Order: sequence, then C-alpha cells, then structure tokens
Amino acid sequence: MESTVLTASKFGAYFGKNHVLKNINLDIYKNKITAIMGPSGCGKTTFIRCINRLHELTPGATVEGNLFLHDEDIYKMYPIILRKKAGMVFQRPNPFPSMSIYENVIAGYTLNGIKLKKQEKDELVQESLEDAALWNEVKDTLHKKGTFLSGGQQQRLCIARAIAMKPEILLLDEATSALDPISTASIEELLLELKKNYTIIIVTHNMQQAARVSDKTAFFYLGELIEYDETKNIFTNPKNPKTQNYITGRFG
Amino acid sequence: MAHIDDELEGLKREMLGMWTLVQLQLKKGLESLTKLDKDLAREVILSEKRVNSYELKLDRDCENIFALFSPVAVDLRYVLAVLKINNNLERIGDIAEGIARFVVDVDDNSFDNNLLDISELLLMYEECISMMESLKIAFETEDTKLARSIFKQDEILDEINFNANEIIANYIRNNIDKTEQGLYALSIIRKLERVGDQCKNIAEEIIFYVEAKVLKHKKD
Repeated sequence: MESTVLTASKFGAYFGKNHVLKNINLDIYKNKITAIMGPSGCGKTTFIRCINRLHELTPGATVEGNLFLHDEDIYKMYPIILRKKAGMVFQRPNPFPSMSIYENVIAGYTLNGIKLKKQEKDELVQESLEDAALWNEVKDTLHKKGTFLSGGQQQRLCIARAIAMKPEILLLDEATSALDPISTASIEELLLELKKNYTIIIVTHNMQQAARVSDKTAFFYLGELIEYDETKNIFTNPKNPKTQNYITGRFG
Repeated sequence: MAHIDDELEGLKREMLGMWTLVQLQLKKGLESLTKLDKDLAREVILSEKRVNSYELKLDRDCENIFALFSPVAVDLRYVLAVLKINNNLERIGDIAEGIARFVVDVDDNSFDNNLLDISELLLMYEECISMMESLKIAFETEDTKLARSIFKQDEILDEINFNANEIIANYIRNNIDKTEQGLYALSIIRKLERVGDQCKNIAEEIIFYVEAKVLKHKKD
C-alpha cells in the first residue's frame, strides 16, 4: 500500500476575502511525483505555497482546514522547521548572487545558523550536487558565483540547495518554464531519479510534462480540486468533463 | 474551436471516404458474383489501389496529429481508433478484391443458384454489407449501441461458416461437375467470415473511442 506523506483535509486558502482554494482533500504519496495542473488562477501555486507556509507571508492571506505532514499539522509547526522538510524550487532559478556554488548549496544551513565542520560541508555539497546531476559540471568551479551558470544549471543548483536540507517533500513551482527544452529534459530526468529518495510535487502549465514525469495528477479549477488520479488515467480517460476539456485544450 | 478539432474533422472525412469506397467494393463484389459479371469484378480489383492510398494517407495524418498535437484523453482514443479502423478497412478491401478475383477466375458463365442458396453465401454477403453500414453510422454518430448490435450479426456469419464445410462437401459429392464452383463458394465464405471479424474489431474500436472500454480479447 502507498504510504501518505502529506494530507490535505478540507483545506482552503484566502487572500483577504478572496476564496482562492476551496475544500481541498487529497493525499500525496511517498516517493511519487504528483503534478498539479490547471489554468492560471486555479490555485495550484497557492496550494504548494501553503504547504511550506509561504502563503501566509502575503498580508491578509489566511487558511482553513488542515494540512498534515505525516501526522503533524503543518500550521502548528514552526515554519523554519517546516521549510527544511518541504523544500521549494521556484519558476526562475534564484541562486544567491553573492554566493559561490559551494555556498549556495549549504545556504540553508548557514542562513539558519547551523554550523557544520568543513568535511561535513564538503561531503554535503558533493552529495547534493551529485544528486542534482550537477557535480560533474561544476566540481572544478565550486567557488565561482552560482550566477555564472546557465539557466538549467542554476535551476539544478537550486534543487541541490533544496535537497541539501534533506527535505521530505520537494515542491517545484513551474521549475522548468523558464528553461529551454534540453535543460527541461535534464531536470525531468533528474526528477525521476530524485523520486527514489524524495516525494515531489510539481506545479506545471505544461501538460506534456505532467504526463511525462508524474505518477499522479491533480487538476485544479477555480480553486477546487476537480479530479485526482493516476496520471495515465487522467490523460487517457479522465472522469470529469472539465478535466477532459482542459487537457484536450478546449478551455482554460 | 480548438485547432486540433479541424484536424480530427479532416481525419473523419478521410475515414468516411475510405469507408464508402470499401462498402462499394463489397456491394459491387456481391453484384459481380450473382451476375458473374467479370468486368464489374475487375473494377473492384482496380479500386483496391485507391483503398491502399487512403490507408497510407490516414496513417500519415494520424502520425502528424500525434507529432504535432500530442492528443490526450478522448482525442487520443479517437486517433488510435482511426489508426486501427483504417487497418481493418484496408483488410476488408483486400478481401473484397480477393473475392472479385475468384469471380474473374471462375470458368463458368453463372454461379449455381442452388449452391448460393444452400450455402447461405448471399445471406452472409448481405450481412457483411449491412454490418459495414451500421458501423459507419455508429462511427459517425458515436452510437455504441449500434456498434454493439453487429456482434449478433457476426454470430450469424460464424454459424454459416461453421456449417459450410459439410454443406459444400455434400454439394460437391452430388455435383461433381461443379466442384470448382463449390470450392470457390467455400473460399468466399471463409473470406466473408474474416470480414465479420474485421467488423467486430471496428465495433470494438468505436466502443473504445467513445466509452474508453476495452472489449478486445474478452470472452463474450
């Protein structure tokens, strides 16, 4: 049986009075890639921003219902601890411009005041960059600025930075939409490797990407979860006409 | 209207064009058989080239839609169904051509009516033509009930085919001078039985496309 890492129960989110997520109930399974798709404004980004509590940083933003990471209510956890467990990668690669590649990878530790020995740092940097499939490309230039890398490499550096914290869940918000097809393919390949050790949620506009890499797909529309199923079912025989119309390009 | 809709509509037009041509082959084949009209039979043989070119065109169109539009869900099932029905229709065209070749090759001036009656060959032929017509309407109107109705007709074909050996063996014993006609009749029955199988495949594809149900290889 699949084991559940994250559970949303009657979960909702607001921006002021604007109800942007309504009564979301879904389980995210361990070592699976779950894609969240839907038209702009459907609440998919809000949903993953709620998972690592970035949503509440917007003034007037509130939530209702529950999100559980295993059995722990996310909204009762200390946000910094939570964000270590739920790492996030954003649409635009955002390595810290003043830091080297090496410093970027361990930024989660240094910025949180966690001290590591030199050897621990070296090992962590190598391991994270290897897991992010970037080590071979940067091992001789670790002390150069991260911003010198190509877009695809920068995004893999951001993934390395996220996984250096050993998260339980990796959240990717349109993480390949600013990349060319080759870099996108290498990130997708990387995700398939990473899912052996991590549970991954991707938000994507790119339906073919959802079809290619995810095990499960959730379709959101106007803040509601319309359908959630195995990806192959969603793309061959969706049950809800709204899902069918969206994936066949007939609305949205 | 989504861009892909134009492509799918075009695919449907091509498919129906091919369908009509294959139906015509069957109808002309039947007429050529009952009248032993060798010229009409040659017409059926010649039209096989047009069926083949329809098949190639539809294959290419499906390939382009896969490559350029990445169809999913009902669109994916539709293109997959067209691809397979295309193949089934081409096979039916081949069979019609094969029957027409028998008509061209047979030495006599007419087929023995008694043979056509007792073997139920003409009834079988008419069932095939009727199945093709029902399936064409079912495909056009997405009517899976109509598509399912041909399964019963296929059983009639199977029964005629099953009885044919004994009936024709008896006929040959009693009409030794018409052995060749008897053998041709048996071959035609075998071919029509295969038309029935192809029609069944087509019905399954229509049901798969409309209802997303796979009936293939399931016991009745």
